[in-house]
Amino acid sequence: MNQITATMAGSVWKIVVAVGDRVEEGQDVVILESMKMEIPIAVETSGVVKHIHVQEGDFVNEGDVLVEIE
Amino acid sequence: MFTKVLIANRGEIAARVIRTCQKLGIRTVAVYSEADADSLHVSLADEAYLIGKPRVAESYLNIEKIIEVAKAAKAEAIHPGYGLLSENPAFARRCEEEGIVFIGPKADVIAAMGSKIEARRTMEKAGVPIVPGVSFALDGADEAAKAAVSIGYPVMLKASAGGGGIGMHIARDEAELRQVFEGSQKRAASFFGDGTMYIEKYIERPRHIEIQLLADQNGNCVYLWERECSIQRRHQKVVEEAPSPFLDEETRRKMGEAAVRAARYIGYANAGTVEFLVDEQKNFYFLEMNTRLQVEHPVTEEITGIDIVEEQLRIAAGEPLRYQQEEIRRDGHAIEVRIYAEDPNTFYPSPGRITAFSAPQGEWIRHETAVQSGITVTPFYDPMIAKLIAKGPDRQTAIERLLEALRDYRVEGIKTNIPLLEAVLSHPAFQAGDTTTDFLLKHWKPLKTK
Repeated sequence: MNQITATMAGSVWKIVVAVGDRVEEGQDVVILESMKMEIPIAVETSGVVKHIHVQEGDFVNEGDVLVEIE
Repeated sequence: MFTKVLIANRGEIAARVIRTCQKLGIRTVAVYSEADADSLHVSLADEAYLIGKPRVAESYLNIEKIIEVAKAAKAEAIHPGYGLLSENPAFARRCEEEGIVFIGPKADVIAAMGSKIEARRTMEKAGVPIVPGVSFALDGADEAAKAAVSIGYPVMLKASAGGGGIGMHIARDEAELRQVFEGSQKRAASFFGDGTMYIEKYIERPRHIEIQLLADQNGNCVYLWERECSIQRRHQKVVEEAPSPFLDEETRRKMGEAAVRAARYIGYANAGTVEFLVDEQKNFYFLEMNTRLQVEHPVTEEITGIDIVEEQLRIAAGEPLRYQQEEIRRDGHAIEVRIYAEDPNTFYPSPGRITAFSAPQGEWIRHETAVQSGITVTPFYDPMIAKLIAKGPDRQTAIERLLEALRDYRVEGIKTNIPLLEAVLSHPAFQAGDTTTDFLLKHWKPLKTK
């Protein structure tokens, strides 16, 4: 299981995948908003989305787990 | 003049407005979110009120809460600073309804200039040159593609309610336009609550040059020369200077007169800025009007000797303008850099705790900030943490003084764009005045490896 974590503190602006989706390396899964900027969070390896740990509007800190990929 | 003013803002601009109020003997009321309890503006003001949670929607954008505080504190006027509620016509209207003076233009004027499409139409009627394009809301990608053919590629797709570069996209052909249309529209709807899109001709290698205005409630209006703000990242300004190294006196005068014409046409009162794009042949085109104080106002203050915040307060209090156009002087050269909490190479934000902070000082240096050692730069607000301004008798001296000041600047604990700013100011193209809006794109590699 690969954990995709927040690269910085911010709010979850958009979740662009759903549980069960197949994602390819480099694909964005979550868009964070930090300091009025959109920060796309991408997966480093391909896989299937198993868990989504956040909801749109949530505040996250750097290192918080956003999504798990298998 | 007012006896008490509420500042509906935070950070350096709130501190800046408070200082001028203090100079004029006006008492000040600060408002702050839970994230800003230790901020400088809170300690500088005579009174301070907590208005909500860290997110702007739950504090600084809460119109009713701010009005409630203003009434409780018996503030006669509200200065909105820049950003946040400064260009929100509903807020200006609520102030008017409550008998509180909004330090800015009338709500209807803000609304007219807030819609970029409406502003284009108005400026055309006022006889101000506008960028070739459409002055109506595009129905969808098909209509955008049709309009783009008549304008000619490349085009700039824009959100009518947009600002700060959000919702803007260059399309060099129809395929690209169709590809980006829907996404840009959705983003505009999400950020501004309005997905209305229009397109303009994309002007290659332009300069961003804007005219600072002051207008009173009796129809008197003067321009305080121009600022060039062409050095931008993600369509947001990084370096601003006055005067522009590009303009000749005739173009400068024509732009100033066009801006005054625009302000008179819409019945503008208070400080405002008309932004223009200027092409390589020195043709200028209306871009937008900012109906508020701007981040970069200090460079104008440095070359004219006029305290723009003071003039805003006097105009809002009903005083007539204190200057005729021929009295507005232009002395020396001033340059401002915006210090952002961000990675200088990727431009990604860098929130965090500032563990050490010391800023340069000097006769020719002006430093505007609300941060200090030990504070946390949160992800809730804009990444700008400070502005540094240097003045010199000429442009080269101003550059050298600013570079020296940047070398003395110390911020630890977070990343800042200071290395990028040093690289820009040292670059031969910048020093030669070759400052088009594609500067960073064009000179990216040398900046990155420096």
